[in-house]
Amino acid sequence: MERYDLATGSLREMNAQLQAVAPGENLTAWEILNPDGRHAIAVGLDAPIEVRVMGPTGYYCSGMNQQATVRIRGNAGPGVAENMMSGKVIVEGDASQYAGATGRGGLLAIKGNASSRCGISMKGIDIVVGGSVGHMSCFMGQKGNLVVCGDAGEALGDSLYEARVFVRGSVKSLGADCVEKEMRPEHLAALENLLESAEIDTDPADFRRYGSARRLYNFDIDNAGAY
Amino acid sequence: MPMDHHKPNIPATPPRQSWTFSQDVNAEIRRAAATGIYDIRGGGAKRRVPHFDDLLFLGASISRYPLEGYRERCDTNVTIGARFAKKPIELEIPITIAGMSFGSLSGAAKEALGRGASLAGTSTTTGDGGMTPEERGHSKLLVYQYLPSRYGMNPDDLRKADAIEIVVGQGAKPGGGGMLLGQKISDRVAEMRDLPMGIDQRSACRHPDWTGPDDMEIKILELREITGWEKPIYVKIGGARPYYDTALAVKAGADAIVLDGMQGGTAATQDVFIEHVGMPTLACLRPAVQALQDLGMHREVQLIVSGGIRTGADVAKALALGADAVSIGTAALVALGDNDPKWEDEYQKLGTTAGAYDDWHEGLDPAGITTQVPELEARLDPIEGGRRLRNYLKTMTLEAQTLARACGKSHLHKLEPEDLCALTMEAAAMAQVPLAGTEWIPGKNGF
Ligand SMILES: Cc1cc2nc3c(=O)[nH]c(=O)nc-3n(C[C@H](O)[C@H](O)[C@H](O)COP(=O)(O)O)c2cc1C
Repeated sequence: MERYDLATGSLREMNAQLQAVAPGENLTAWEILNPDGRHAIAVGLDAPIEVRVMGPTGYYCSGMNQQATVRIRGNAGPGVAENMMSGKVIVEGDASQYAGATGRGGLLAIKGNASSRCGISMKGIDIVVGGSVGHMSCFMGQKGNLVVCGDAGEALGDSLYEARVFVRGSVKSLGADCVEKEMRPEHLAALENLLESAEIDTDPADFRRYGSARRLYNFDIDNAGAY
Repeated sequence: MPMDHHKPNIPATPPRQSWTFSQDVNAEIRRAAATGIYDIRGGGAKRRVPHFDDLLFLGASISRYPLEGYRERCDTNVTIGARFAKKPIELEIPITIAGMSFGSLSGAAKEALGRGASLAGTSTTTGDGGMTPEERGHSKLLVYQYLPSRYGMNPDDLRKADAIEIVVGQGAKPGGGGMLLGQKISDRVAEMRDLPMGIDQRSACRHPDWTGPDDMEIKILELREITGWEKPIYVKIGGARPYYDTALAVKAGADAIVLDGMQGGTAATQDVFIEHVGMPTLACLRPAVQALQDLGMHREVQLIVSGGIRTGADVAKALALGADAVSIGTAALVALGDNDPKWEDEYQKLGTTAGAYDDWHEGLDPAGITTQVPELEARLDPIEGGRRLRNYLKTMTLEAQTLARACGKSHLHKLEPEDLCALTMEAAAMAQVPLAGTEWIPGKNGF
């Protein structure tokens, strides 16, 4: 286990060390001490390493992650795991705005709640939130799955493309072109997998599925009010 | 008794077209009434606005002596991004190729831009929709755009780029997003953007994970951390509030500013947006330079200006007013063959004429540039296109050198506002140079 203390070291040096781990090297487990809400911790990683961040993080923790597993033992600031490509990011506390924004792959698991715009413009990432999400979550979501074990705020899935949204609790309102859809066996199976990988023990049967009505895919003047 | 309209002794007034309700305006009203939707088109503002044409160089005189045209050097190189980046960009000429998306342009057109720019010793830029291997492969220096849509964005391409350009706005549409209509969404374009084929793709107008200058500073930090502080980070702004946007981008840690005025081209935007939002390039330049000077950052943070740059004279004038480099979009497409009269028959079939064709979003470009249709794309030979672009870039550079030598300057960057005068009051006020034949700069010295 390697340790890096941000109280005495620098962000640049820490990220450089994490980014330099080559496949096959032994330095596969890291602990980052005293993150103290610093921004851009553990960004741009590209190796199957395990990083534990021992406290709260600022903006963009594990941004653009590839392969690595990053566990945040605290709350995460805005844009956690933004544009993630692969790997896994686990937030043990709550996450701020735009969690998993534009993510293209991998899994983001948030044990607590997520704020507004969770999964905005998501492009293939899977996001599982143990608690609730704020307004405009999954806005313009293109691909991937957003699973919400609590409630969803206003305008869920506004201008949704092909991303799938699963919510267990209540939905304050659906955004433009987002509709409830039938939960078929393949969806239940996918949901079960997602919950399992996020280490959340809940019955998939309690969820409802939402998706795009695909009415806004090609512009039509009669829908102008909906855009 | 019927009225006699032809009394020989009463002079007839010719029919008078209203200035307010011109033929163009009426045609647009009829079009809107028929379709129920605004007009979308490519290109930049078509109305006449004060521009570099309204400025003249003074040339040498008894007190200023010129440099010999073919004997004395006039350098053209420029370094971009030395403020924070470990690997700044070294350009041989101060003219870059602006960001134009793969999707709006064909793969062959992107390749031609890369080839031409590389031959001329300058950079080219990706665009909305991501980086293609053809483009990376054929571009010696490639700037990777970081756009609100984040289509195709990934850390591998980020690391492959020579510089990163955060796009906040574009001159054609400051405050607007993008639209790529379904007919241009081929399999490849759809896959790169993670969207289904054939649907209209909206590009967001705001970044999804930050708002405002304080966030932008953190975003720049993140991008630098991902790429090891190697690559210059540019911030591109539309010509809206150039003084403050420049100052805020500098404060946020930009290495370079790309400033795009309202004549700047776009692949597809509402005509009303193109013609009515944003300021002319000429009006944007001095406030941006002023911001850099006020912060002690002029020449430290480079200013790249675009929007209607066509000739070496435009280049020289932009540099004289304080820009470090310029960027071209539309002109580069014209050099490749866009709007060439040799396709006139086909332009006629599309209801337009060479020089006026702007339905770039429809994907039926006879010149094979703004299209994803394989048969049309095949009309553009990327090698020949690259050579033409190289020739054009070299010609512009020679023209700018000619003007600089006439002003006695051994580097294009030594051109200064004192080398210029203005032909109109508007241009004098915007460029802050005297009206020709006077010492009058509107707004200076209390007048
Ligand atoms: C076909 C086309 C596509 C464009 N695509 C983008 C883009 O993806 N991103 C961007 O920032 N600007 C885009 N632009 C704007 C250019 O980067 C540049 O600002 C503009 O073309 C400069 O003005 P000019 O065309 O008068 O030279 C595009 C312009 C054109 C003509």
